[in-house]
Amino acid sequence: MEVLVASAIGIMTAAGLYLVMRLRTFPVILGISLLTYAVNVFLFASGRLTVGAPPILTDAEVYADPLPQALVLTAIVISFGMTAVVVMISLGAYLGSNDDRVNDPKSDETEDVT
Amino acid sequence: MSLFLIVALPFLGALLPGLMNSAGRQAVGGVTFTVSLAAFIGLLTNLPAILAGEVVQTGFNWFPQLGLNVTLMLDGLGFFFALLILGIGMLIIVYGRHYLAREDNMGEFFTYLLLFQGAMVGIVLSDNILLLLIFWELTSLSSFLLIGYWKHLEAGRQGARMALTVTGMGGLAMIGGMLILGNIAGSYDLSVILQNREAIQADPLYVPALLLILIGCFTKSAQFPFHFWLPHAMAAPTPVSAYLHSATMVKAGIFLMARMWPVLSGTPEWFYVVTTAGLITMVLGAVIALFKHDLKALLAFSTVSHLGLITMLLGTGTAFGAMVAVFHILNHATFKAALFMSAGIVDHETKTRDIRILGGLRHLMPITFVIATLGALSMAGIPLLNGFLSKEMMLKEMEKTYLFGPEWLVPALVTFGSLMSAAYCFRLIGHTFLGKKRDPESYPAKPHDPGPGLWLPPAILIVLVVAIGVAPFLAAPFVKLVTASVIGSVAEVPDYTIKIWHGVNTPLIMSIIAIVGGLIVLALFKPLLAVWDKTPRPEAKSIFDDIIAALLMWARWAIHPLHNGAFTRYAMIATIAILAAGYHAWTTGTVGEAVRAVQPIGWVEVAGWVMLAAATVGLASLHHNRLLALILIGIVGLMVSVGFVYLSAPDLAMTQITVEVVTIILLLLALNFLPNVTPEESPLWKRIRDVSVAAVGGLAAMALSYHYLLRDAVVAPISEFHLANSYKGGGGTNVVNVILVDFRGFDTYAEIIVLGIAALLIYALTETLLSGPVRARLLNRVPDKPLSGTQHPMMMVVLTRVMMPVVLMVGFYIFLRGHNEPGGGFIAGLVVSIGVVMQYMASGFAWAEDRQRFPYHGIIGAGVLIAGLTGIGSWFVGKPFMTTDFTYVRIPPFQEFELATALLFDLGVFLAVLGAVMLSLESFSRLARRAHIKDSDEPMDIDPSRDQAVPNTNPEGV
Repeated sequence: MEVLVASAIGIMTAAGLYLVMRLRTFPVILGISLLTYAVNVFLFASGRLTVGAPPILTDAEVYADPLPQALVLTAIVISFGMTAVVVMISLGAYLGSNDDRVNDPKSDETEDVT
Repeated sequence: MSLFLIVALPFLGALLPGLMNSAGRQAVGGVTFTVSLAAFIGLLTNLPAILAGEVVQTGFNWFPQLGLNVTLMLDGLGFFFALLILGIGMLIIVYGRHYLAREDNMGEFFTYLLLFQGAMVGIVLSDNILLLLIFWELTSLSSFLLIGYWKHLEAGRQGARMALTVTGMGGLAMIGGMLILGNIAGSYDLSVILQNREAIQADPLYVPALLLILIGCFTKSAQFPFHFWLPHAMAAPTPVSAYLHSATMVKAGIFLMARMWPVLSGTPEWFYVVTTAGLITMVLGAVIALFKHDLKALLAFSTVSHLGLITMLLGTGTAFGAMVAVFHILNHATFKAALFMSAGIVDHETKTRDIRILGGLRHLMPITFVIATLGALSMAGIPLLNGFLSKEMMLKEMEKTYLFGPEWLVPALVTFGSLMSAAYCFRLIGHTFLGKKRDPESYPAKPHDPGPGLWLPPAILIVLVVAIGVAPFLAAPFVKLVTASVIGSVAEVPDYTIKIWHGVNTPLIMSIIAIVGGLIVLALFKPLLAVWDKTPRPEAKSIFDDIIAALLMWARWAIHPLHNGAFTRYAMIATIAILAAGYHAWTTGTVGEAVRAVQPIGWVEVAGWVMLAAATVGLASLHHNRLLALILIGIVGLMVSVGFVYLSAPDLAMTQITVEVVTIILLLLALNFLPNVTPEESPLWKRIRDVSVAAVGGLAAMALSYHYLLRDAVVAPISEFHLANSYKGGGGTNVVNVILVDFRGFDTYAEIIVLGIAALLIYALTETLLSGPVRARLLNRVPDKPLSGTQHPMMMVVLTRVMMPVVLMVGFYIFLRGHNEPGGGFIAGLVVSIGVVMQYMASGFAWAEDRQRFPYHGIIGAGVLIAGLTGIGSWFVGKPFMTTDFTYVRIPPFQEFELATALLFDLGVFLAVLGAVMLSLESFSRLARRAHIKDSDEPMDIDPSRDQAVPNTNPEGV
């Protein structure tokens, strides 16, 4: 179980990092979203994994750790706000310059752009 | 009046002028004056205590752990400076009200002025030196705003930057010095530090502390070699120059030297550094002032020179020196502020400050002439004016001071400085006002005396100049009182009678030499100027500019290779740096034993993992097709929420899945404009490089997660507390929700504010886009895909409208049960917003907008307000901010249910989330709306033109 969650975090991180290093805005945004998932799951997992014991008080003995859940809940909502802002900025940049590259034209990373 | 109020009044009052700007200039000036007057009267109510020799103290603990407490102290010295700051401040406010032109923003000006005034009063009333440092920095900032007030003038902006750089640097040095000092004394309270003279002077860190504090004082008070910023700050409006650069701010350094005099002075280090710097500044400033053609530049360098004089007097370390310094501070503040104001009048009326084109103004501006002449004569040290008295005393003090070299060196230099000082004063009078009568048309503007609003404030100061000059016994007791509080218990106040005639003695002879010499120098001015112009000399501004340029070049050299505008490169560098740091931690740290048992893996888990992994890998490899990428990321989000459900986090799952929906809608809206494919750009080797870095990052993240999943936390988590107290203290069984609205309510409060700000930012960006050149582009845009025949399909319209009440009901239910079962404000807000968005999608923007009762901004605001007010409500029952309360009620026929104030807080969260999501999505769709122009709100409106329209097949988008 642990290895599945850990590898899922790893896969999402790797894919996120790869997409963040692309040259156009849209994949970069997708990459940031993937990294957000990875980070959220990572934070959530810091409460360790518990199956079938949600932190809703009943007569049970064991509950999942509620604190990381509360932190991640707000993180999810905030990440929506941040994604929306980044999308708006990239959209504005694209509409203004008809170009959705993330790098400055004069920087040397764009030399190989054809 | 409480000292707190005296300090706080200008700060609180600073809000008024800015807010009242539309009420007219008279009202703005009036309210500013009233604020100053109130603080001034407040200060005067403390006069009896000061006269009785008491020290008024008040304070409360702020950060006792840091030794930073709000403790205020008012003694003779503080009273004296506060009197100057507030008294001259009121005159400046009257003057400024009439000086500023109609197109200047007066509210802004007076707001800055009051901020500055508050900061200055704060400095002179602080007991805690850390508090003093805060006010010290505030004066630097507010003076920056004031110097650069005329933003359109390049000189103003440059001067403001230079002043901020120099005084800011000095402030940094001073922080270091003050911290050392406080460490030695064991307290940051001045009242304690001032008692520890021996301990401080014996400490090995005394010299570094002294030097650092002196750098702060010298930069603020424009002492050599930091004198160069003051003349450039003269680009400020004249009221600012008169206030900051003659009477108050530049005296802050002097004030601090006087304040620290009992503990820092009297050592050879103090004597040599302070006296030498003062002496050089005095002579240098006087010589440069003589050859300046700009009235304000002349006055600026004369201020530099006089500040040098005061510094030099404080440097001598004798009680008499301190007394003369105090007296000269008073005299200089009166005549110099008056002189600056008259220079401002000349500038205002003739539209020039160049002495070379002025002259003969005596006939055209008699009132200004009298004011300026009396001020200048006082500055030159002519008897019967106050400048004479302190200059005589200064000469008396310096005549016996020995610094280095031959014994006559200091007296000779001081006499030379006074001579040059007299010369520039005479030049000011002679070349501006005297001379033959000229045709008024020969000036850039026709000069005449201004209204009383401009001449009355300097005139009041000149009355003081003459009164003290003629009857020095009026000021003497006050000067001695202030001197007593400067020197503290170190020495006795000297028994010296301040009077005009002391008989023929050395100071008088030096004085006569200075005045006669000054007249001779003025007579020889033309040949001297020719020599001066030919002499090469280092220009402080160009040296400063060179240093700044060199620093900038160095910074660019260090930063540009890393920070070259390529976002991709930053991402790469950041990733590698984090990996390297992690690797270092991994290899040097210790890893504990794995203590947790590995949980079994079933088919269900594997199936979920495969879906998530496949979608993620597919997303990375197929991202060029953007629509497909969107579907794949939707799958990833869905699987993540399924994972949350499975791992006992129902709240997270509900949040994740609803956020997923709105995010996808958002990205779809964006893709409406963006190209639908990402071109292949990177060559293969770059992609291999990126894949390798990403793979290493992924492996590292996986290894880290796997390791900690098998181990317990090093420190016991605090979660147990939340589980134990959730029901007892918060009244809810859903611990996650109780944490959000109760335990960590303040965090949540900040989160919804951030969310609201993000939404407003999106709204603002949309507005900017729609009002700029992009608008035309959007209006002429041809959709890149064929439009659907019906904009609003009947089935979808009917379905969403029927569903709307159901969605609202579900939202309401989720909201209400949130405290005890999975749900709550966040999730309910998202659910309801999805319901509303569906109306937009199905029935069209116009239809939905028509039925929208409240603007989304208002909903965000209401949410934040409700949450905040709920928190404040607990104050009324004497509890700390955001304490919640709950009770159980039973209204028959219902079951017993709970009422908690946390529910009200959650309502705020709900509204803020709803408003923020809706405002963001609405902003995006407004872009599209303008693009299409036509926006019907009828269901089943088949667009007959679609058969004729040629679809745009350009995959690049707009």
